[in-house]
Amino acid sequence: MKELKLMKGNEALAEAAIRAGCDAYFGYPITPQSEVLEYLSREAENRTGMVILQAESEVASINMVYGAAGTGKKVMTSSSSPGVSLMQEGISYIACAELPCLLVNVNRGGPGLGTIQPSQGDYFQTVKGGGHGDYKLIVLAPSTVQEMADFVDEGFELAFKYRNPVMILSDGALGQMMEKVELQAQKERVTMPGLDAWATIGKPVNRDHNVITSLHIQPDKMEEINIHLQKKYRTIEENEIRVEMINCDDAEYIITAYGLVARICTKAAELARDKGIKVGVIRPITLFPFPINEIAEAAGKVKGILDVEMNAGQMVEDVRLSVNGKVPVEFYGRMGGIVPTPEEILEAFEEKLLGGAK
Amino acid sequence: MNEKTMLDDDHYENVIREESVCTSENLVYERPETLLDTPLHYCPGCGHGVVHRIIAEVVDELGIQEETIGVAPVGCAVFAYNYLNIDMSEAAHGRASAVATGIKRVLPEKYVFSYQGDGDLAAIGTGETIHTCNRGENLLIIFINNGIYGMTGGQMAPTTLPGMKSTTSPFGRDVKSMGAPLKITDLVAQLPGTYYVTRQSVHKPANVRKTKKAILKGFQFQKENKGTCFVEVVSNCPSNWKMTPLESNKFLEDQMLPFYPLGDLKNPERKEK
Ligand code: SF4
Repeated sequence: MKELKLMKGNEALAEAAIRAGCDAYFGYPITPQSEVLEYLSREAENRTGMVILQAESEVASINMVYGAAGTGKKVMTSSSSPGVSLMQEGISYIACAELPCLLVNVNRGGPGLGTIQPSQGDYFQTVKGGGHGDYKLIVLAPSTVQEMADFVDEGFELAFKYRNPVMILSDGALGQMMEKVELQAQKERVTMPGLDAWATIGKPVNRDHNVITSLHIQPDKMEEINIHLQKKYRTIEENEIRVEMINCDDAEYIITAYGLVARICTKAAELARDKGIKVGVIRPITLFPFPINEIAEAAGKVKGILDVEMNAGQMVEDVRLSVNGKVPVEFYGRMGGIVPTPEEILEAFEEKLLGGAK
Repeated sequence: MNEKTMLDDDHYENVIREESVCTSENLVYERPETLLDTPLHYCPGCGHGVVHRIIAEVVDELGIQEETIGVAPVGCAVFAYNYLNIDMSEAAHGRASAVATGIKRVLPEKYVFSYQGDGDLAAIGTGETIHTCNRGENLLIIFINNGIYGMTGGQMAPTTLPGMKSTTSPFGRDVKSMGAPLKITDLVAQLPGTYYVTRQSVHKPANVRKTKKAILKGFQFQKENKGTCFVEVVSNCPSNWKMTPLESNKFLEDQMLPFYPLGDLKNPERKEK
């Protein structure tokens, strides 16, 4: 049965994991996402028998995910920026070994120990790699508590569809703030189909043993694996782009932003429209695959684009590559855990694209 | 070598004809079902191959090939999965016991073991080793201790003996600046989560039999959900010790064993008696 509740983003995500029929969660406390582990520790085992384990570090938890994901179970972990940095080696292994799993980063301000406030400073780490080698995560960027919950089930679907790790890239504000959320009905925990083809579940007499590895010592074999991965990523790019276009049809200008910032920008665009300037917002929901064509197409119809992020300018590089010089792409960002207001975004927009306030 | 040249060709042929031809009547030794028919990449005289064979024999004897999942380390045994005919996962360096934990937690009815060397288990993976044992995960850790990094070419390991030379302790391990060898098996034996902790070797047939018994016990206790079982095998590395296999076994006996004495460090069966 569906249910309407008022919940914190982190708790909504944890609740959604239980309801999605997730089999196991391995994690380590770190602010601002510890509620995920806390909520699951309270709720999960009694309700569905889901395995919850507090590991000794993020290094251990990501490797527990590697082991458990290798059995074809629905497994996940969550952390925040410094913890996710510690997981990067494991994520690279998981991507190469093509293990389906769900990772969550409730992004806080960096670099270093940084702050515990919201940030989008991990865009590069999440979208461009983070760990070693050529690999891609499927990246979902929620902008509401509702999406924090919805992307859990959707993330698992994508992870198993492509046998690829999926990352929900959230931020400290979304994790902590409370909103109304509609929770989906409880799904049963099920054994996924086709595991005998790849998973380490115990070898029946009549099949060859399954090996999960990212080691292929012969360069030609390793290149083959890379080509295979790249082909998969191209398929993902063809099929899985999700993007929200807000009031773009008649827009003269576009603001690009993802996650929580996109909501603030939507408000800023409304303020602009109040002043008679037609501004639309493009919100990439998947950061990989990135909505290159949607942005390129929109760029053909407008005079300029402002990209807004809670970082020093990371996604703006992908926006610029998509726009490919057609129109100016300006950037406005706040760092260190500061969330911009609609008013300051409008001011930045006017200054950077209109040459001053209208 | 000498023996061989002393024998004439006729004698050899007779031996081959009469004694070396396997028939179902005279067959006393064969490849265990769980050992794949793949030539091992290990150096001549290395203990790894023996331990692999022991695992395969034990899995066969217990009839648990379908229910066993292994985790391979980074190090010389990284390709253990090429030889063992069971489902296997290859872990990042040092993380084998965390990977094994992940598997065992979601498939508690299966037999899970990790196979790790000294660098993997007692240096980069110390944290995972201690916490896996401390939680008393129901799995078997097989720890090959040859006091050196084999695969990377003979660097100092956490278990390298005091004064022992390696490529990164070329003048011998100076415990003052490099630390003393870490007796991690003694350490994990102190943890309440471990159930059975033992140190064995495979340099002599009698020791091979003892190691086999230890590994067998490790799997049996796992079935009974007793907690972590930890079997150290003091082994050799003729290539990086720069010795012949025979010399390496002598070094193992004369130098390694006094420092790493064989026997049980924790044996519940003994306590009960
Ligand atoms: S390098 Fe040493 S440990 Fe590795 S296979 Fe050769 S002898 Fe064995």
